[in-house]
Amino acid sequence: MTSSSAVAAAKPSRSRPSPARFFWWVVFILGVLYFFLPLLATLLFALRSQPFLSAFTDTLTASDFWSALGYSFVIGIITIVISVVLILPTAFWVRLRVPRARPFVEFITLLPFVIPPVVIVFGLLQMYANKPISLTTAPFGSDLLLIGAYVVLSLPYMYRSIDAGLRTLDILTLTEAAQSMGAGWGRILVQIILPNLRVSLLSGAFLTLAIVVGEYTIASFLARPAFGPFIALIGRNEAYRPAAVAIISFGLTWLAMGVIAVVGRGSRTRIRITGAH
Amino acid sequence: MTAPAQMLVQGAPKARPARRRNLNVLGLAPFVIFAALFLLIPVVFLVVGSLQDAQGNPTLANYGDLSQDFIIDAYVTSIRVSLVTAIAGGLFGFLLAYAVILGGLPSFLRPALMTFSGVASNFAGVPLALAFIFTLGHVGLVTKFLLDSFGIDMYGSGFNLYSEVGIEATYMYFQFPLMVLIMAPAIDGLRQDWREASANLGATPAEYWRHIALPILTPTLLGTMILLFGNSFGAQATAYELAPQVNLVTLVISAQMSGDVLHNVGLGYSLAVGMIAIMAVAIFFYTLLQRRSERWLR
Repeated sequence: MTSSSAVAAAKPSRSRPSPARFFWWVVFILGVLYFFLPLLATLLFALRSQPFLSAFTDTLTASDFWSALGYSFVIGIITIVISVVLILPTAFWVRLRVPRARPFVEFITLLPFVIPPVVIVFGLLQMYANKPISLTTAPFGSDLLLIGAYVVLSLPYMYRSIDAGLRTLDILTLTEAAQSMGAGWGRILVQIILPNLRVSLLSGAFLTLAIVVGEYTIASFLARPAFGPFIALIGRNEAYRPAAVAIISFGLTWLAMGVIAVVGRGSRTRIRITGAH
Repeated sequence: MTAPAQMLVQGAPKARPARRRNLNVLGLAPFVIFAALFLLIPVVFLVVGSLQDAQGNPTLANYGDLSQDFIIDAYVTSIRVSLVTAIAGGLFGFLLAYAVILGGLPSFLRPALMTFSGVASNFAGVPLALAFIFTLGHVGLVTKFLLDSFGIDMYGSGFNLYSEVGIEATYMYFQFPLMVLIMAPAIDGLRQDWREASANLGATPAEYWRHIALPILTPTLLGTMILLFGNSFGAQATAYELAPQVNLVTLVISAQMSGDVLHNVGLGYSLAVGMIAIMAVAIFFYTLLQRRSERWLR
């Protein structure tokens, strides 16, 4: 509906004198240059490595690359699972039973926008790294803090995504119908609500993955062997491989956004694709 | 017939005993406990810590310490970088969104731009810093191209990527795409009827923009710029990788956490609380503007 009105609105400008359209072309081309020149420069630099493509082959055959990427990927998956398990029932419950708590829940899910990641990790370290708790003495404790911090980062996107999905459902009717046939809460959430929220959940999940896999600030202060700190490390010590890894990292972001676009095609849920830095 | 129905509707909430309602709130417990453990309590810890001295006695000295020159300079620099990239990124992002939606460009460019914007607004941190070093660094692609082809010496004429200007240029990469993503639906929300109605009343396109479209879009424009401000204000990784010597608040806090500069945890706390305060003010205005823009754009 909106796209057809945009097309209709665009028509009068087609017949406008060309200076205006020339200006919009200039704006567009400037935008394209800003997008592509850094990518092109990085790619060309990576291709300068000898022998040809060795920056890429070296990267893809090195175990440090795969272990860092694998670590971040696993952390990302755990983050997504915890985030969904935490937020899906909460958003569902707020809509169904405690709508008065909505401003409170929305406020908490907005907080990660207000509190920068560097401040979140500072607070976590001061709270949990010192006596008497000292979580960070064991790798498991640091992993726990990392996952906790990433779930916090995912709150705004996951909550908005899931809540927007729930808005398109008549959850009261669905719930009552399921209950009248004897389903319990777990069954309602997993077998009724979850399948109806595929689009919201997948877009929230891939956005979270895109944010978590490249994240640097929190991972580096918790001294975790994640992908972000790995790129920073080789960026300081090597020449061509960082360029190759930057291109690969861009490709991964692209992949995540592509999945969101494909999944969201034709859906009524408006998906917001933005991340935190 | 409507009367009993109304009574039913009114009676329904009352039928639920108050005790049940209290139990309902318990359903939020996992969420609240998680938020408390990983977000609220650590932040409260920072706030309380900022009001204590090293021995744990209440004091305001940590906030007094914020008045040191290099700390004030850090806040000013962070705010300046955020303002510049929010305004420049916001205006350019708006123009770009306008160009593909109403500028008469081929319609297939729009989905392409939206996809790019989704990717670019999420591309930040170390890889972004590296990409800009390869582009605008001393021997970067653009730097060399301008020098070899046009004899323009960017570094000779004062540009430096490893500086405040360089950080701004780099932040722009994720700032204006975010603007495109948020402004495109808002521009779509301008109804064709409004344009036609104003044309029927004799308004020129310029008058339509000045008196109708821009006033409707302004809250969204300003609100999104505030979002961009926060996006840049809280950013750490990109600047840390590109130009750690630039005096940004996030970098001062990082240095404090690495424990090599301030030797004063209390000051770190008050720095962090200062950041939260500035972000809170920004998000407050964002929420106000959001409410205004929702009146027209649905």
